[in-house]
Amino acid sequence: MIGIYLIAAFVISGLLFLNRNTLLNNLLLIAFVILQAGFTVYEYLHKGITELGFFRPDALGILLLGTLCIVCIPAILHSYLYIRNHKETTPRVRAIFFSALVMLITAVGAAYLANHIAVAWIFVEITTLSASALIYHHRNERSLEGTWKYVFICAISVTFIFIGILFLSMALRQVGSTDLSFDNLMSKASQLNMFWLRLAFLFIFTGFTAKLGLVPMYTAGIDAKDKAPAPAGALFATVLMNLGFVGIFRIYVVIAQTPLHDWANSVIMIAAFLSVFIATVYMVKVKNMKRIFAYSGIEHMGLVMLGVAAGGIGYYAAILHIILHAFVKSSLFFQFSQVYRTYQSKSIYDMGNYFKYNLTGAMILLLGFICVTAMPPSGLFISEFMIFRSLFQGHHLIVLVLVLILLTMIIWAFGKNIFKLLFAPPIGFNDSNVAIIRPVESLSQFALLALSVYLGLNPPLQFVNLIQEAIQKLPV
Amino acid sequence: MINVLLITFAMSLLYLSIANRLLTYIKILSLQGILLFGVAFIELNEISTLNLVLILLETIVFKAIAVPVFINYVIKRNNITREAEPFLPNFVSLIIVTLIIVVTIILSTSISDPYLNKIFFIVALATIFSGLYIIATRKKVITHVMGYMIIENGVFILSLAVGNEMPMLVNLGIMLDIFASVLILGIFVNKIGDVLKDVSVDQLRNLKD
Repeated sequence: MIGIYLIAAFVISGLLFLNRNTLLNNLLLIAFVILQAGFTVYEYLHKGITELGFFRPDALGILLLGTLCIVCIPAILHSYLYIRNHKETTPRVRAIFFSALVMLITAVGAAYLANHIAVAWIFVEITTLSASALIYHHRNERSLEGTWKYVFICAISVTFIFIGILFLSMALRQVGSTDLSFDNLMSKASQLNMFWLRLAFLFIFTGFTAKLGLVPMYTAGIDAKDKAPAPAGALFATVLMNLGFVGIFRIYVVIAQTPLHDWANSVIMIAAFLSVFIATVYMVKVKNMKRIFAYSGIEHMGLVMLGVAAGGIGYYAAILHIILHAFVKSSLFFQFSQVYRTYQSKSIYDMGNYFKYNLTGAMILLLGFICVTAMPPSGLFISEFMIFRSLFQGHHLIVLVLVLILLTMIIWAFGKNIFKLLFAPPIGFNDSNVAIIRPVESLSQFALLALSVYLGLNPPLQFVNLIQEAIQKLPV
Repeated sequence: MINVLLITFAMSLLYLSIANRLLTYIKILSLQGILLFGVAFIELNEISTLNLVLILLETIVFKAIAVPVFINYVIKRNNITREAEPFLPNFVSLIIVTLIIVVTIILSTSISDPYLNKIFFIVALATIFSGLYIIATRKKVITHVMGYMIIENGVFILSLAVGNEMPMLVNLGIMLDIFASVLILGIFVNKIGDVLKDVSVDQLRNLKD
């Protein structure tokens, strides 16, 4: 099935690229959504069966593939609205945009399921290519700069991952094996050469931080989310970050079987704590709403990796957190394109009184703020609480206290800007011809936020079992 | 013979650190491509003919000819001035690159792995870190691209060290090299040249917080 899926998706992407007709464009997008949904359901029903030798839908892959499917449908819908509202978009630019969007979603999905580190790596490269086309959508100097930085940093990061893979093969050589699939690495974990494994982990971790959005390589992602159109930014801030998590998590599971486990935990904890710290510093300072959302993503990924490093209940919380974060953050990004249509600016200084101009949208932002800062009843509250518990149980009290202080500052900084946007009157804003936005365009955001609350407070048994299965190979 | 080639390669890094002109950088990149072909040809004696042809194309045609010609074209077309404009004096650069090589030698002597081909490891690691150093300390965007090409050369040497057991990894390395170079240079020649006339990093400094 995955072979059919990949071929069909790439054919759709190619047709979108060549096509200039609006009707055909929309039909192709609908076909892709159906394909993506069908593929997700099929993989869920065929869990654990290896396909084409390199792809195996395990529990983690299926969870994130489901997340991808749920996020990508509104993403395509909002992309369609975005293009329709930008009348100046030529058919050629539109064709490139949708073609790259479909390619990005396909590559992310395939990378989730890849059971071989080199195959996952190839799809990570394809995501870089398609993401750069999306960032360059507006074809001006700023978006060029964003694209250039993203491409360059991602090129270095994929090179780092490749160096990591080479070191991994050296670690395997001692065992006399050349098979770099995750299953083989798992079964031979205890016999690997520890020196090479350590180097391999360092390089692979550093490489994937560009996608995950952790220190040291988080910078490229911020510019990308800022410069890309908001629906594409929503994908970068959610499913693409999850791809970085998958890459690190799969190699972490191997490391966890070896004596290097504690060392890897310390590496991850340092990077994660620094990420939360940097996110705090910038969220206090930044005045661009989209970049505030992007830095909020850095903070959440830092929390996720803190959960992984702390262990215990933290593993469960980490996976729950990335899934719920994907729903919440994508709805905020989708809403942002409506905010931009109202104010024609990203700066917080130009915004205000949003309740007056778009009641439904303002409610989304208010609820989204409550959800993303993990206040009850947000589902993220549950997962963050479990992460804090795991830090407490792991005797990382100093880290826990510092992180809580930083999170308080983040809530203050985020709240200050959101409430300015919602309630304070804007200065020098001419509201005589504000764009009218239909409430129905906010429907998908409500659905995503509701889903995140539901999955956090009352998770279905199937969902819990899948998360438990994803982390069962990790030592308690 | 491999040792001679690899040591020449390491010496080219030292020369790179004191090079003043962009043309010298391009010539060094070209020389490195030829040296890499020699290393690959001698080292990979168990490899199939098809793979060898691929490596020949990659090293000679791509690394030694296509990329340097292309960068030269970009420089001419965009009227980029010919100085490399380092942030640090050449003397300091020379010392730092020497230190990088010394540190990698010390690091490799601490490894007790009977399968390890030490000279490959030393030269590869030194090349990767020198490339990062070049990227960090040069002002122009085009020198960043060349620094990235140098990192790629280091990765290629590293992949040759395991090339006999796992030829797939050499091929993947080649794929990475071509893919990333085409992407980076493609953006460079098509877009940056049009939007920005004088290509230095100074122009690409608007996105910040």
